[in-house]
Amino acid sequence: MLEINNLHVEVNATGILKGIDLTVKAGEVHAIMGPNGSGKSTLANAVAGRPGYDVTEGDILFEGESILGWIPDQRARAGLFLAMQYPVELPGVRNRQFLKAALDALREERGEDELSAREFDTLYRKRVAEIGMSEDLSRRNVNEGFSGGEKKRNEILQMAVLEPRLALLDETDSGLDIDALRTVADGVNSYRSPDNAMLLVTHYQRILDYVTPDYVHVLVDGRIIRSGGKDLALELEEKGYDWIVQEAAVVRSG
Amino acid sequence: MTSKTSTYDLYAKQFDRLPSTGPEWLSAFRQRGIDSFSMLGFPTSRKDNERWKYTNLGPLANAAFGYAERPGTVDAGLLKALAPSSDDWVQLVFVDGHYAPEHSTNGHAGNGVVVGRIGDTDGLSLNGVGERLGSLASLESDGFTALNTAFATDGAVVKVSPGGSAPTVQLVYVTTEHGEAIATHPRALVIAGEGSECTVVESYVGVGESTYFTNSVSEIILEDGAQVEHYRLMMDSPNAFHIGSTPVRMAEDSTFNSLSFARGGRVARNGLHVMLDAPGSKCVVGGLYFTYGTQHIDNHIVIDHLKPQTGSDLYFKGILDDRSRAVFSGGVIVHPNAQKSEAYQKDQNLLLSEGARINTKPMLEIYADDIQATHGATAGAVADEAIFYMRSRGIDENTARDLLVHGFAKEIIDRVSLEPLREYLDGLFADGLPGAGAKHSEGGKSRG
Ligand SMILES: Nc1ncnc2c1ncn2[C@@H]1O[C@H](COP(=O)(O)OP(=O)(O)OP(=O)(O)O)[C@@H](O)[C@H]1O
Ligand SMILES: [Mg+2]
Repeated sequence: MLEINNLHVEVNATGILKGIDLTVKAGEVHAIMGPNGSGKSTLANAVAGRPGYDVTEGDILFEGESILGWIPDQRARAGLFLAMQYPVELPGVRNRQFLKAALDALREERGEDELSAREFDTLYRKRVAEIGMSEDLSRRNVNEGFSGGEKKRNEILQMAVLEPRLALLDETDSGLDIDALRTVADGVNSYRSPDNAMLLVTHYQRILDYVTPDYVHVLVDGRIIRSGGKDLALELEEKGYDWIVQEAAVVRSG
Repeated sequence: MTSKTSTYDLYAKQFDRLPSTGPEWLSAFRQRGIDSFSMLGFPTSRKDNERWKYTNLGPLANAAFGYAERPGTVDAGLLKALAPSSDDWVQLVFVDGHYAPEHSTNGHAGNGVVVGRIGDTDGLSLNGVGERLGSLASLESDGFTALNTAFATDGAVVKVSPGGSAPTVQLVYVTTEHGEAIATHPRALVIAGEGSECTVVESYVGVGESTYFTNSVSEIILEDGAQVEHYRLMMDSPNAFHIGSTPVRMAEDSTFNSLSFARGGRVARNGLHVMLDAPGSKCVVGGLYFTYGTQHIDNHIVIDHLKPQTGSDLYFKGILDDRSRAVFSGGVIVHPNAQKSEAYQKDQNLLLSEGARINTKPMLEIYADDIQATHGATAGAVADEAIFYMRSRGIDENTARDLLVHGFAKEIIDRVSLEPLREYLDGLFADGLPGAGAKHSEGGKSRG
């Protein structure tokens, strides 16, 4: 579904990603871990096509096609979704209205009719209830005045309504209380299917207690220096990153 | 360049040809207007003229506007498309300066409210109109008020008796497409009696892209404890000249809530002067201006805190595209006697193009020491991260921009308590900045 080959990305003319290779197949969940500033968000943003993230080398293929030349909304309409580490507030834009516009665009791309206002409302309310968002919050402007955790929950609500094929969740589990973490995990699990895939950027093992990843990758200084199964996350939790960094340094210089 | 004399001659000729109808006091009133205009002319020089510093009146003074002998045709369908409407509202419609009885509910009287015409006050219990008309709009202030006065043969009077509660009254002024550019001088007087409540909507609308000059004066008088909700829609043609002046005097414990919505014109001026003339009088004034092309809007707001415990709260927002230009000047003056007053003002602007320009000057002059006041102004572009956030959900860049523009406007639109008016405004902004549709063919411009 997603194939990243030798990806180099610069931000403000500074090299951040220095050759990422990653393949995500349908039905898989990949976790990406790594120290602060290692390039996890940069990777997610580059895949989503955020302006300012310049790919200088390598390629990103989505369902076999290079998407480097695609504008961000085109990527989203093709089935990509980025839950942001820092979701943005949209003053004056109602959450419901925003999501309706997004779903309309996605459906149009797929050659489907727009949902009527009533049909959309039914879907929206259903998802709001599933995600455990308060009705009051669901009627407010997008993320405006939301707490950190509420914003994260709103990202999951959007994912649940838009049903992307590939979801990139950038630290959606950070800043969540235990109940919220569980609803987010439930949301992720119920979304999981053989047809779609997920990339979870996280610092914590605890989300992985609920959402079992197929692969765990460790990103350090713009490179994936180690990949493994779910046990790797446990090991990282216990020992930190230093030992892998050192091992990798030995391997590279050797 | 037309000289002051020839501008005067132009309007004096029109004045002379107008039949002198209506009560005697009105003829005398109008005569004082034309006399005063002969002295003042238009304020053409911008030098040493703080009030007109950012608005060039040269093109207005140089143009020769005619007088419409007969109004153009406006059918019910067109009227509905141009202005908000509701079956529950009482309304007076003027087309090209002429009263349009077929669209109006003239002479409405009930619940202590009288809605009538200035030139037709005899049959209605509108005593006192003669004394109140012109009591706020000073003939010495500038040539525009003088000229308006000279042509005040017709106009609207809304008078609410003490304790009365009026239905919503809308005054609609339509300018149609004429062979020649015409001038109209709409005049209105609102008197809200002691403890009364009323809502007045003034809608100035232009048909198509016509060139015209609207020179309007609306005086609003609030007696003790009166509550007035006031809306002013300036939906002018892009080629229109519109100079609007709204003087307001407030008595004890009265409240005045006013919202204006202006799309600008070739030259448009939204002038409001509130005199907080008694303790406990409070005004909340909001506005939304939205311009594109080469339009110009000048919001000139003056608030005089003349007495203790008065309050003013100004909140304006502007959205500017292309090479349009807007001015916000908020002059809030807290006079020495106005202790324990509160004065707040804020102007926020969204610039959609690098060629757009805003001159914003919120000004506070404080001569009392025990008061609370704040003022501030901002101007910025649409946030890139907001656009990207929406695009990352599949929404294209133009739609994203439109949603943000509507969102920006919504904060002012949501203050409108009249549902038909709110719907009208939301409809205007449904596809982003009204009138700026052509912009969309440009396609997306993103960095990176
Ligand atoms: N817009 C930007 N301008 C300049 N530097 C940037 C920008 N975005 C990211 N960087 C830099 O790129 C590096 C990687 O940042 P990134 O946000 O991808 O890290 P991360 O792995 O997501 O970290 P965290 O765990 O703290 O979220 C950092 O050194 C950061 O300062
Ligand atoms: Mg990050």
